[in-house]
Amino acid sequence: MRRRRESLAGWLFTTPALVLLGLFLLAPILLAVWVSLLDWDGTRNPLAGGVPFVGLDNYRDLLTQDGLLRTDFATSVRNTLYFVLLAVPAQTALAFGLAVAVNNKLLRGRTFFRTVFYFPSVTSSVAISVVFLFLFSGTGAVNGLLRLFGVDGPTWFADPRGLLHLLLGQPPRWMLDTRVFSLSLWDWVSGPSVAMTAVIVLVVWTTSGTFMLMYLAALQNLPEDVGEAALIDGATRWQRLREVTLPLLRPTTFLVMTLGLISTWQVFDQVYVMSQGNPAKTTLTPAYLSYQRAFGDGAFGTGAAIAITLTALILVLTWAQRRLFGEGRG
Amino acid sequence: MRTRRSAAMTAAALALTALAGCGQGFDSNQAAASGPVSLSVLIGSSGDAETQAVRAATGAWADRTHNSVNLTLAQDAKQQLSQAFAGGTPPDLFYLDPAMFARLAKSGSLDSYAAALPDPDGFYATLRQTFTANGKVVCAPKDFSTLALVIDTDAWAQAGLTEADTPTTWDQLAAVATRLTTPQRKGLALSDTHDRVGAFLVQACGWYLSQDGRTATADSPENLTALRYLQKLLTSGSTAFAKQVDAGWGGEAFGKGRAAMTIEGNWMIGALAKDYPDRHWKAVELPAGPAGRGTLSFTNCWGIPANSPHRAQAEQLVAALTDPAQQTALAKATGTLPSRTSAATAFVAEHPEQKPFLAGAEHARGPVTATGFDSVLSDFDSGLLGLSTGGDPEQLLKTLQRNASQALGK
Repeated sequence: MRRRRESLAGWLFTTPALVLLGLFLLAPILLAVWVSLLDWDGTRNPLAGGVPFVGLDNYRDLLTQDGLLRTDFATSVRNTLYFVLLAVPAQTALAFGLAVAVNNKLLRGRTFFRTVFYFPSVTSSVAISVVFLFLFSGTGAVNGLLRLFGVDGPTWFADPRGLLHLLLGQPPRWMLDTRVFSLSLWDWVSGPSVAMTAVIVLVVWTTSGTFMLMYLAALQNLPEDVGEAALIDGATRWQRLREVTLPLLRPTTFLVMTLGLISTWQVFDQVYVMSQGNPAKTTLTPAYLSYQRAFGDGAFGTGAAIAITLTALILVLTWAQRRLFGEGRG
Repeated sequence: MRTRRSAAMTAAALALTALAGCGQGFDSNQAAASGPVSLSVLIGSSGDAETQAVRAATGAWADRTHNSVNLTLAQDAKQQLSQAFAGGTPPDLFYLDPAMFARLAKSGSLDSYAAALPDPDGFYATLRQTFTANGKVVCAPKDFSTLALVIDTDAWAQAGLTEADTPTTWDQLAAVATRLTTPQRKGLALSDTHDRVGAFLVQACGWYLSQDGRTATADSPENLTALRYLQKLLTSGSTAFAKQVDAGWGGEAFGKGRAAMTIEGNWMIGALAKDYPDRHWKAVELPAGPAGRGTLSFTNCWGIPANSPHRAQAEQLVAALTDPAQQTALAKATGTLPSRTSAATAFVAEHPEQKPFLAGAEHARGPVTATGFDSVLSDFDSGLLGLSTGGDPEQLLKTLQRNASQALGK
């Protein structure tokens, strides 16, 4: 009897949270799933009937029909794969480096540096994107800097050439002719475009602050005695960092990489502000494609299907990463 | 099977309605309101001048008829309208762009009022065509713009060119573009989008769709002629896309002196006066291609939702706003052309700089309104840049043809 009353009270206390989660998390997700099964053009209420129900047609068009939609989706996945491959390791490494630097007790003005490094993370991504547009314009600061070293910089946001393309030169014929999932093999391997690289630099710079904070918190939680023991055993600075600190920070690294992976797959605002997927669709991301299909073409069903597919993709990749890190066991 | 599916749908819909607390749909027919009403008007304004002019015009109407008007400025008109329609609370009157027009007209969400306006045939034919669905003109075109060739007169004189050299054919355009090219400056710069390049297609008698808009005609020899010509311009070094000279659009390339000519619309007049007042320029009609003259027109209409309770009042307001005198006043503020022929002729007499743009109205082609074409044409755009580096125009048109057919087939 008492137990039942306790559990009742428990539910009562969690009700506000549950209602909020249901209203702002569960309902939109269910609604998105529902819309992805409709041929909805956004002109009437999707719940009131009168909107054609098409079952899995939107998913079929997206994944199995060779056409513009699948080409666009494959392109966006290709772009994001490169994005993840470059951005996640870079932001993790940078965040760790910054955290170690500002954790140094001998560093003067630590608070100042912590604030400075964290600043990009709290600034509006739209504002930062606009600043980057100026930095990376043809006559911008980045090209000015490059000119000091005698390098003639590209017009960053108008350059669709892939980085590997630039390194390797012209593609062999067979790579152009072999098509995998609507894109030629060459399209898959030619690397992130010059324009995308600029977006990657931006994202690495803005996110490293937040991740630095996580590393910093973890660093300050490390047991001092382990480090001291290593010191007494005669370990060098580098050895202590590699053999003691890094293994102890493993859970944090996992967290940072997972969060990084998820957020890079969802890149939207930078693309929306800076490039709208241009040049030659090399900065198109799945999130932006979903938006473009939904609000540009009025194909909200397709847009929702892209979003749901993207969610599935992120879940699979996160799971794979968990397995790789060995966190899944035990 | 069918009943089970619809039962499941109803259940899901009910569950979601309960969860999301969604309001009643906008599908239920509402009675027309009588007496003084408050009209909500959503506009995507080009700037302060336009906002003030629309506010003054709607305010005058409201005072006269004892209604009130609540003007809202859209940040992203397409998105805001979609949200409003989906949520069942569309504004009573709004700027409607052609791409979204097709979507709303297809689902019967628009009030088809154009025929009831005073002098409904007084609007330019190309604009009425743009806002026609199922053989009926649905809404009234607000105003319009066309493309013309804008020339830097100082660069023109420096290159030793005279009035007589004004290009009227493709060959002449290529020739003057070469003459005007210097190491620091291109002869011609334009944006790499179908909204500019499409004019070349029209001049070659090509287009993306057949006359009735039912079949894709992208990979026609006419279109290929146009793209080949464009590619020749680009590879000759006399012409570049705006991006390639580090400018956001043709007007910026022109204003910053990186190009001596550009292909842009009426909005250039205002933009040059505001951002580059020192540049001396003139506009001329686009040169004729093998099939004669051709340009593109851009327009919005005054949209009214079919089920708005304030339909009657909104229609009255549109009648007032599209009155020739009122159109002239609005055109002055927005730098666009009045959509009524009578108003436009009077307007141009007063504003001679608008003349070459108005001349284009005779042979202008409106935008494609087929649903799903936004993505198809933006895919085409993404291939245009490649033309300057040896991209194959035939391949580009083939891809466009495939995508266009697929979009039409849906």
